[in-house]
Amino acid sequence: MLTFIIDALVTVVGVTTPILLAATGELVVEKSGVLNLGVEGMMLIGAVTGFAVALTYGDSLGDFAPWLGVLCAALAGAASSMLFAVLILTLGSNQVATGLALTIFGIGLSSLIGAGYVGAVIPPFDTLFPDSLAGDPLWRVIFGYSPLVYFALIMIFVVGWFLNRTRAGLILRAVGENDISAHSIGYPVIAIRYAAIAFGGALAGIGGSYFSMVITPMWAEQMTAGRGWIALALVVFSGWRAGRLLAGAYFFGILMTLELYAKASGFSFLPSQFWASMPYIMAVAVLAVISARGVTGSEAPACLGRPFLPSS
Amino acid sequence: MALLTRRNFIGTAAAGLALPALRRSAFAAEPLKVGFVYLGAIGDYGWTWSHEQGRKALIDALKGQVTANYVENVKEDASAIPVMKDLAEQGNKLIFTTSYGYMDQTIEVAKQFPDVKWEHCTGYKRADNVGTYNSRFYQGRAVTGSIAGAMSKTGVIGYVGSFKIPEVVMGVNAFTLAAQAVNPKITSKLVMIDTWFDPAKEAAAAETLANLGCDVIAQHVDSPAVLQVCEKRKIYGFGYGADMSRFAPKAHLTASLDLWGPYYISRAKAVLDGTWKPDDTWWGFKEGILAMAPYSKAVPDNVQAAADKMIAGWKDGSYDVFTGPISDQSGKERVPAGERMKDADLLVMDWYVKGVQS
Amino acid sequence: MRIRLEKRLTPSRFMQVATPVASVLLTMALGAIIFQLIGFDGPHAIYETFITPIVSPFKWQDVATKAAPLIIIALGLSLGNQAKIWNIGAEGQYIIGAIAGAGVAFALPDAQGFWIILLMIAAGVLGGMAWAAVPAFLKTRYRVSEVLSTLMLVYVALQVLSYLIGGPWKDPNGHNFPQTPPLTAAQQLPHAIPGTAIPPGLAVAVVLTLVFWLLTTRSVYGFSVRTVGAAPNAARYGGFDASRTVWTTLLISGGMAGLAGILEVASQLGQINLGFPSGYGFTAIIVSFLGRLNPVGVFLAGLILAVTYVGGQVAQTVVHVPNATAGIFQATMLFFILASDILVRYRVRVIRDAPRVAPAEAVA
Repeated sequence: MLTFIIDALVTVVGVTTPILLAATGELVVEKSGVLNLGVEGMMLIGAVTGFAVALTYGDSLGDFAPWLGVLCAALAGAASSMLFAVLILTLGSNQVATGLALTIFGIGLSSLIGAGYVGAVIPPFDTLFPDSLAGDPLWRVIFGYSPLVYFALIMIFVVGWFLNRTRAGLILRAVGENDISAHSIGYPVIAIRYAAIAFGGALAGIGGSYFSMVITPMWAEQMTAGRGWIALALVVFSGWRAGRLLAGAYFFGILMTLELYAKASGFSFLPSQFWASMPYIMAVAVLAVISARGVTGSEAPACLGRPFLPSS
Repeated sequence: MALLTRRNFIGTAAAGLALPALRRSAFAAEPLKVGFVYLGAIGDYGWTWSHEQGRKALIDALKGQVTANYVENVKEDASAIPVMKDLAEQGNKLIFTTSYGYMDQTIEVAKQFPDVKWEHCTGYKRADNVGTYNSRFYQGRAVTGSIAGAMSKTGVIGYVGSFKIPEVVMGVNAFTLAAQAVNPKITSKLVMIDTWFDPAKEAAAAETLANLGCDVIAQHVDSPAVLQVCEKRKIYGFGYGADMSRFAPKAHLTASLDLWGPYYISRAKAVLDGTWKPDDTWWGFKEGILAMAPYSKAVPDNVQAAADKMIAGWKDGSYDVFTGPISDQSGKERVPAGERMKDADLLVMDWYVKGVQS
Repeated sequence: MRIRLEKRLTPSRFMQVATPVASVLLTMALGAIIFQLIGFDGPHAIYETFITPIVSPFKWQDVATKAAPLIIIALGLSLGNQAKIWNIGAEGQYIIGAIAGAGVAFALPDAQGFWIILLMIAAGVLGGMAWAAVPAFLKTRYRVSEVLSTLMLVYVALQVLSYLIGGPWKDPNGHNFPQTPPLTAAQQLPHAIPGTAIPPGLAVAVVLTLVFWLLTTRSVYGFSVRTVGAAPNAARYGGFDASRTVWTTLLISGGMAGLAGILEVASQLGQINLGFPSGYGFTAIIVSFLGRLNPVGVFLAGLILAVTYVGGQVAQTVVHVPNATAGIFQATMLFFILASDILVRYRVRVIRDAPRVAPAEAVA
């Protein structure tokens, strides 16, 4: 029984982590008042970059290669997000259209770059602790995961602490709530948003690398299969609060895993499409509830999606 | 009003379009141009890769008599129509459309190009110039099933599929029946992930099956994700369509190989001879379009021998996994003892055999 | 020497037309260079992608077929975009419209005569509207961002489609594959209007372009939409109800998407399978921006994007560039046009530094 629970938990963690990573990044972006719909594209760019680097340097760097791969995935994700950032922050273009363009661009570019890597494999980047702990039937539920899992958990706590307990986080939230006032107080709105977008891009890239380096160590076109959109839904579902984001991510992960368990055990009474649409329906429902109740602190940042137009 | 009808413009436009592939020699017998429409990338080490090997085999065997080109990553929607039209307009006279989802598009475009011969893989709609072809994948499934039945210590084997379509159902049933012949108490757990492509979900499905006790997992999905999970969990798995041992050296026991070469060669020859007819071809081990990858060292000798014997049985017709008595999940007998299921029944199979937990 | 951006008094008409054209040309140039660097025959690839579909008459029908749904959807989206109402769920409305129209067809399998097609089309439009009504309600009643609600509903629509064609609407003669039964002959539109090679969708698109052009430039409604978008406060003083604008623009764009959906089913494959959602709803957003939210611009932009789709396939067949390139081109064109948007609203001025003066003199 215990093994059963542990096995299930391990599977849930594996399913949840990439979404948690991308959503954590997007949370910071949206808190600063920017809506970046290009998450799926950035994840794919991160996925192909991480894989390519880990593959290329696998022989020369051995165990360090995947770490380098993840770092490059983060850089690639951040670089692609800068394309978005320059367009919306410096050139004032429409955030929705630019974000979508980034997604389409990311899908196409990753396919182009990855074309030469189809069929190649790398060792999975899936353990951090020594085998005695990571392989232990009981302790693997805590120690048996990829470094990226721990990174994701650390990041969401760091982001939550940053947003709610630091002055810098307060300024970022102020920029997202009322950019004109923040600007008049003297805060560098544009610079802050650039930083937030870069952070979001980096985390999306790392989230993407989880697919190509941990779950299935290979590259296939569009291998994120829409997880970027679920990450966006998750940010909405969480009411833009870090604690709820963590809970929501695992909630989604449990739903997805439950669907598979139900099928494997012979219970297919609810069509799989029901399960698959749940994250999105719930996100819309939560949106309606929090917008209706007007609870401060858990509604969309007031400037979300609107361009920054200082009168000066 | 200038009528932009297709008929008016085909001739002039085709001549005017300077495509490098078009040759103009009117004197020497021109090689037969063969076209291939691929669903995925040729490097995918799976479905498309095996068709590409078939295309290469065709060029090798009929050097000088045929040229063959391909288009990859063609989606199974209306956008396949222009691709097929392009191939026809470029002078290809024999075109293979290698996925079920091209069925209606093939029929559609075939109407507009009656002098081109079309072959649709795994479909069921034919026309005067459209034939269909398929492979008896289930024969290979039976072989892997017998190995799974012998090697499973937990008595539970797993199967990751995509949609509940006859081809997948046949595979699950053949796999399970052959495993039960070795170990009558074996059960197989089936998870359909309701998508053709989602490596992360395939991996999660495989993990779930492993969590629920499966120690051998077969797959009917397009990526090696399932095998990678098997490798990690130190259980066994089988490749699909091609030898996938590179992805899971220890877990990969064998794979059923799709060898399309013999079929493509025979059809090209038929067109060259002028004997091509629209047909519904369903070949298997016997005709050489199905084979097994080399067994891994983990498979014991006696199990290998039994598998080889089964393959020989398929080839000479003495063995058929769908020989009764076969009951379905509710216990009702579907095939009486001694009888073999007819092809027509296999093609619409929508029920699972007893022992499959779906 | 500095570069300064000066806001123009009125948006530059010249730039509004020049920038889309320049975006396309720049994309072509950049694409040729990049492909050459990667190792493909760059100029040839660009030629096949952008030029061949335009100069080869037998490609025109493919371009027209591809452009029609893009234009129809984008016309609806552009209206809302002018009011700064962002419907990015057109893909979902497209799917639900197709489902609604097909549903009517399946309910009346023995119907004959043209009226069944009209009924299907009406159902398609209503279906798309219904799917857009949910976000409209959420926005006007609960101030829910329509960007998020329309987007989420796309993925719900995809699941609804998957469920229907895999379950209740599965073709009994379809060998258990997830697809609907085919529409009857009476329920299908021909691929081309008899006597021509023009797809019926394109004819509809032409008519609608005219309708939207009149609506936008000649009607009070069109004026109210633009005002709500450009100056919400002024609009309120003028008596233009923002709430009403949200409803009408979302319903119109939803209806247009639904119309495109049912037209696509009825005139192309005649049944719905898993390959049906082709992403037209998202590409239409690009078309809307490339066309500068203007109906005539949208018509042309739809044609251009269709050219890249069709040309991308030709390039794949002839030059063997990967088919992902079409997406890269489309995104690049959109990036360029979004980036150049600033030139419409601002003028670029090069300022020479004034000679240094002592602060006292400057004050005087």
